[in-house]
Amino acid sequence: MAHDLGFWTLQALNALQLSMLLFLLSIGLTVIFGLMHFVNLAHGSLYALGAYFAASLAAVGGYWMGFFLAPVAVAGVGVLLYSGLIKRMRKSGPMAQVLVTFGLIFAMLDLTRIFWGDLALAIEVPALLDGRLAFLGVEYPTYRLFIIALGLAIFTALAFVLGRTQIGAMIRAGVDNDAMAACLGINVERLFFIVFCFGCALAGLAGAVAAPLLSVTSDMGLQILIPTLIVIVIGGLGSLKGAVAGSLIYGFVQTFGAVLAPQLASVLIYALLAAVLVIKPVGLFPAKG
Amino acid sequence: MKRATLAALGLATSFVMPAAAEDIKVGLLLPFSGVYAALGNEIEAGFNLALEQFGDETDATFEIVREDTEVKPPVALGKAKKMILQDDVDVIAGIVSSGVLGAVRDMVHGAGVPLIVANAGNDEATGADCSPFITRMSFSNSQINRPMGTWMHEQGIGKVYTLAPDYAAGRQMIDAFTASFTAAGGEVVGQEFTPFQKTQDFGPYLAQAKASGADAVYVFYAGGEAISFVKQYDSFGLKAELPLYGSGFLTSPLYVNAEGPAAEGVITALHYVPTIDSPANAAFADAFTAANGRVPSEFAVQGYDAARALIEATKTGASDRASLANALRSVKFEGPRGTLSIDPATNNVIQPIYVYETVAGDDGLTQKVLAQLPAEADPVNGCEMAPVSN
Repeated sequence: MAHDLGFWTLQALNALQLSMLLFLLSIGLTVIFGLMHFVNLAHGSLYALGAYFAASLAAVGGYWMGFFLAPVAVAGVGVLLYSGLIKRMRKSGPMAQVLVTFGLIFAMLDLTRIFWGDLALAIEVPALLDGRLAFLGVEYPTYRLFIIALGLAIFTALAFVLGRTQIGAMIRAGVDNDAMAACLGINVERLFFIVFCFGCALAGLAGAVAAPLLSVTSDMGLQILIPTLIVIVIGGLGSLKGAVAGSLIYGFVQTFGAVLAPQLASVLIYALLAAVLVIKPVGLFPAKG
Repeated sequence: MKRATLAALGLATSFVMPAAAEDIKVGLLLPFSGVYAALGNEIEAGFNLALEQFGDETDATFEIVREDTEVKPPVALGKAKKMILQDDVDVIAGIVSSGVLGAVRDMVHGAGVPLIVANAGNDEATGADCSPFITRMSFSNSQINRPMGTWMHEQGIGKVYTLAPDYAAGRQMIDAFTASFTAAGGEVVGQEFTPFQKTQDFGPYLAQAKASGADAVYVFYAGGEAISFVKQYDSFGLKAELPLYGSGFLTSPLYVNAEGPAAEGVITALHYVPTIDSPANAAFADAFTAANGRVPSEFAVQGYDAARALIEATKTGASDRASLANALRSVKFEGPRGTLSIDPATNNVIQPIYVYETVAGDDGLTQKVLAQLPAEADPVNGCEMAPVSN
């Protein structure tokens, strides 16, 4: 099949859009892991929760209310999770943590079903972002461009906060050596708490942003969990750079795989994952330390 | 204690009619949790409505035992065994997923318990794997799509691009369409099967459909995937230049409102839409809407007609497993979908197919029927079955 330049631009934008959505999710998960050495498998459920909150809030006050308040609401759930479960689980080893958060996935899945019902919900794209923009010679949906821009903005902000501010320095110190950071007078436990809630808020934001693009169903958290885990394993657990690289690799492999080798579309990314684990088990851009 | 609670629950949920001559125990085997819970509830609502409306026509009374398949084949098989061996049911109705149907098929066939299928559309179930004890009142995957190929070509569409999820139902639906569309003289210029339940972003496939030079796109998607697909199709602005056609589950009344304006103008084919203009459908749709607060979907009518078929079978005097199985194979009645009968060669329902367009109505989206395509029996597809005995 002969394709013109516009076709490839379109696919590149598709890949970028998918990458940015995954980036919003994986960055929260990876920072929580990097800082707390805590594997939160329920991260996908928080994403689904964000989408449900956004759908409910959008029904009351329009899209933007959902967009801004859903992350706050999900951060609230994060506070409950942290004080109720995570804090207790901090010292209990990775296997127990994985089991508890894995159980949380199913508990939250059924809770969303009980509260919001079995039928899929949907949110309309706001009027401002509806329609298409001519961009690099192709017509591309404005909402998807918005997702790309949002992902880039969050990335820039995070890179700035982590690399150039005092709180960023504290977080990096905590990631490198939490005992030493505590000796230097950093309240590591409080730092963990803040980072955890912020990670939850980002998952909620990802859910709110994905909701108009996809449908809001109770199993959406499960569906996104595997891609998110692949992203952070490829990129390297706990690193911001790794999350970006992993997201981009996943987005492009998935999109161009579907175009160039459709029969292999669902296998390619797993093959890549296996290759990375064999050649560089710590991921492409591992966190230092 | 646990057993007592279960017994109490069973009592509370069973549907007991006043005692009369024949008491028939019905096992309702549906998903009430998991991804298809909404379909299970919809089918049960239709089933109970038919018992209410037509229960008086027969001397038999019905006692319902209800079990949740959780959409898991091993769980469903266990529940089917429990119904057959412990509850001693006379007939089983339900089954949403084809995987579940495949799991319980040998069990009901071996035990000689009649099964009325109220959804699962796998062609094999009334093809190579058919059984005189399994009667399908819903549809077969190819039945819905086959007439659409011919119809679309008659509308002057010459080149089509197809998309569907990569699993048995997706392939059967698209294959049936492709066969009749190409037989009518059309050309399928591109065909893609997307990873089932793993595809969130249809963007890459939509760009390919656009570049394929097709006149139209024909797809099968259902549930959450259908909502994502229709919305993304519209967001790329494809609807205007490349009209979207498909199997009618794409814009099912059950979730079309979640698709919103993106679904307007999509033309699909299905065995039932709530706007069919007939007295039988009006009676059904009004009663269903009054009881449930929403218009009935194809799943509701499948439950409704499954109960209807059971009632019709008991009217012939059938009351045990063997006689019910036999009587179910020759039921024929006028329902909301039109005239329904069972094909004795395969035990699949014979029914008209409706081509409809999703349009904006006074109260959200509604369905405008464009054509009623005549009822046709499926080819036997390797089904070898003894004729109905009298």
